[in-house]
Amino acid sequence: MGITLLAELVNVLAAFLLLLAFAMLSQRRVLTLIKLLAWQGAALAASTGIVAWSTGQTHLYYSALITVLLKVILIPWVLHRLIDRLFVRWDIETLINIPTTMLIGIGLVIFAFALATPISQMATTLTRSTLGIALASVLLSFLMMIVRQKAVPQVIGFLAMENGLFFAATSATYGMPLVVELGVALDVLVGTFIFGIFFFHIRERFDSLDIRHMEKLKED
Amino acid sequence: MASSPLAGSLLVAVGWLAVAVLGLVPTNNAFFARRIAFPLGAAAGVALAAFGLQAVWLPPQILTLPLGLPDLPFHLRVDPLAGFFLMLLGSVSAGISVYAAGYFGNEPSGRLTLISLQYHVFLASMAFVLLADDAYLFMVAWETMALSSYFLVITDHQQPAIRSAGFLYLLIAHLGAIAILLCFGVLHGGRGDYTFDALRAAQLQPAWATVAFLLAFFGFGAKAGMLPLHAWLPEAHPAAPSPVSALMSGIMLKTAIYGMVRVIFDLIGNLRWEWGMVVLTVGAATTLFGVLYALMQHDLKRLLAYHSVENIGIILLGLGMSMVFIGFGHAAAGVLALIAALYHTLNHAVFKGLLFLGAGSILHATGLRNLNDMGGLIRGMPRTAFYFLIGALAISALPPLNGFVSEWLTFQAALQATILQHGVVRSLLPLFAATLALAGALTAMCFVKVYGIAFLGQAREPAHRTPVPHAGDAGRMERYGMAWLAAGCFVLGLFPSSFLLMLNRVGVSLTGQGLSEEALAGSGWLWLVPTSAGQASYSPVIFLVVIAAATLLTFLLVRRFYHGRVRFAAPWDCGYPEQTSRMQDTADAFGQPIRHVFGPLYRMDRRLPGPEDAEPRYSLKVEDRHWYWLYLPVARAAEFVSSKIALLQQGRISIYLLYSFITLIALLVFVR
Repeated sequence: MGITLLAELVNVLAAFLLLLAFAMLSQRRVLTLIKLLAWQGAALAASTGIVAWSTGQTHLYYSALITVLLKVILIPWVLHRLIDRLFVRWDIETLINIPTTMLIGIGLVIFAFALATPISQMATTLTRSTLGIALASVLLSFLMMIVRQKAVPQVIGFLAMENGLFFAATSATYGMPLVVELGVALDVLVGTFIFGIFFFHIRERFDSLDIRHMEKLKED
Repeated sequence: MASSPLAGSLLVAVGWLAVAVLGLVPTNNAFFARRIAFPLGAAAGVALAAFGLQAVWLPPQILTLPLGLPDLPFHLRVDPLAGFFLMLLGSVSAGISVYAAGYFGNEPSGRLTLISLQYHVFLASMAFVLLADDAYLFMVAWETMALSSYFLVITDHQQPAIRSAGFLYLLIAHLGAIAILLCFGVLHGGRGDYTFDALRAAQLQPAWATVAFLLAFFGFGAKAGMLPLHAWLPEAHPAAPSPVSALMSGIMLKTAIYGMVRVIFDLIGNLRWEWGMVVLTVGAATTLFGVLYALMQHDLKRLLAYHSVENIGIILLGLGMSMVFIGFGHAAAGVLALIAALYHTLNHAVFKGLLFLGAGSILHATGLRNLNDMGGLIRGMPRTAFYFLIGALAISALPPLNGFVSEWLTFQAALQATILQHGVVRSLLPLFAATLALAGALTAMCFVKVYGIAFLGQAREPAHRTPVPHAGDAGRMERYGMAWLAAGCFVLGLFPSSFLLMLNRVGVSLTGQGLSEEALAGSGWLWLVPTSAGQASYSPVIFLVVIAAATLLTFLLVRRFYHGRVRFAAPWDCGYPEQTSRMQDTADAFGQPIRHVFGPLYRMDRRLPGPEDAEPRYSLKVEDRHWYWLYLPVARAAEFVSSKIALLQQGRISIYLLYSFITLIALLVFVR
């Protein structure tokens, strides 16, 4: 396969990633959100693998492998179990209605591309055009965290944001050093578990996972 | 090892820390604290005084400790200035520790252990402030000192008033610490490291040097209690247990003076006379204000606290004059003023410590702090009355005690003003000296009031009438502690020449020049000569002999001619046949003339009884004006700004995330 073809493949995967980010933004069901997150992880792993193959950087293979293990299998599984135990498969209420959120999201994508164009012209990697997409998916995930009211979708937003960052690193500089990647992966894993524990505590305390209840914690 | 003052001082400081930690071992700890910890601390203090005295006469010594952060070890240094202050710390704390062993004797063991821990950590941190030779260790020790003394102040933290007094103290202490930290930053100027050697070597532009001076003056002044940052003193001193008040007022305020001298004279250097004028003005205001408010107090410890403010003002007057003289190039006169200031620092530590201890004994024995309730205490507690009298005479600057010597030296320095070229400054200096004279007279009046109202006369309130409630005189250890400091008042008052020579060493090490040859030649054991024998000299020993002889002569004459002829008869009762002890002069009444003359300076709240009142009571509250024109407006402004900032805290995670999001977007837009 030629380099251009590989680059095109990466571009396709990047577009897929962006699509998934929008899908997550508009999705009302928690279960589907988790599935989308797993797909995002898969797209990320695939693009990392392609970049690894085309540039011959072996450490990217490991990072792709870790991505598959962690983001496609382990974390979705953990989240699945979590929502089973918490009975929160269905509910999702957003602060802003979904069409408006999507419009804001489109604005963010335009902003991200405007921002990334000068940077990607300086970059020399074959995946440089995807930097804007990576940035856009980070911002979209952030937006998702803001507009969701329940704790589980917020955490999914957080994990999706991490995916976007990871993709940005791969596309701009062929990935971070392996040590850093390992560290980040471990952080995400630990973070997921901590969030899981907190969910139980929050629910025990307030009988709900609605984070509006936490407004009471504010000191007057 | 013990022959080196630096190692010895370090050993003492570490020993204090060890005593503090050992006190926590829980076996029979009340006994340990009372019988071992405090006496050991006192012995260590005596040793420290000896090492300090030795250090004054030796060249500076340095030591680098293998402690601290990586690449940032602690540097220690002992030079004559530090040695002098170590001597002050050791000798005064020795008396206070002995006293504390008796004073804290009845505390429950848990509280006593804590007090012992905080007390000795406080002592050790002050020693490290004096030993520090880099800004890092200095700040660490400085903050440890502030925190440990804060916890000592709020020993009785169950009472809200004491907690708020502690908070005020902590707040002002931290304001000062920030200024000191910034001052070190300015001195550092982005080059080299933070050892004092490097800061000393740094060449600052005049503007930056002035900034550094102002920061140091503000920062150390906040700790020393200079106007208008004095507000914590009259709150914190009454709140703290008496030995702690004695430590704070006697020694901790002096570490601030040490810091001021160290940073301004030593580290910044190149003194300018304009700085001296700033110090002089603030010092004069502090002196006058402190004594005027002291006169209005009827709480004994608040009164003493305001006198600490006044005495800090006197020390600042000395320092300011020194800076003016040195700034104009008259090093000998400058050194004389510096010596006066440092001498007064030591004197104030001794007599104010003594007075606070005396106030503590009164509080212990009678449970009283309000002068208006006291009276006739000399009958119940004659020994305390004796020691208190010595302290009162010393602070009133009466010869042959120590307070006189340093104030006299300050006057002598002020009289040197004629050598200055600058006409305005030359005519201003005597004005400052006049302020000092006024303050001295008012101080004497104030202590006539304290002594007369508290110890003489009749007990005022029926509940407190003879014998003095639930305890007699001060205990044995309390008396030893007071006797030590009272002896200090005499030694410092009777042998000033030796201290003058010692302080001359400090002056030489700081400015490179000392007193004039004439002064050094003239000052023997008998005479104290600050400039030249022709100009002024003073001999406390002759003074004492004359006083003693006159007293003896009067006594003998009275005995010879009037003995046995005394006739007892009812005095004229002014038409009031039934006199009660409540008809005596009160503390408030005694201060009335001054209150009248300086009326605009006070904010008074008077309650006069109505004509129908069956139980008439007159009450008077004099408040500090600074609260109304400085502290409360600042507090209100801070509260207003904080309440606006608090709007940011919505309690909703989405809003918080939105903040981060907007920040991120803004950064991406502006920084790309």
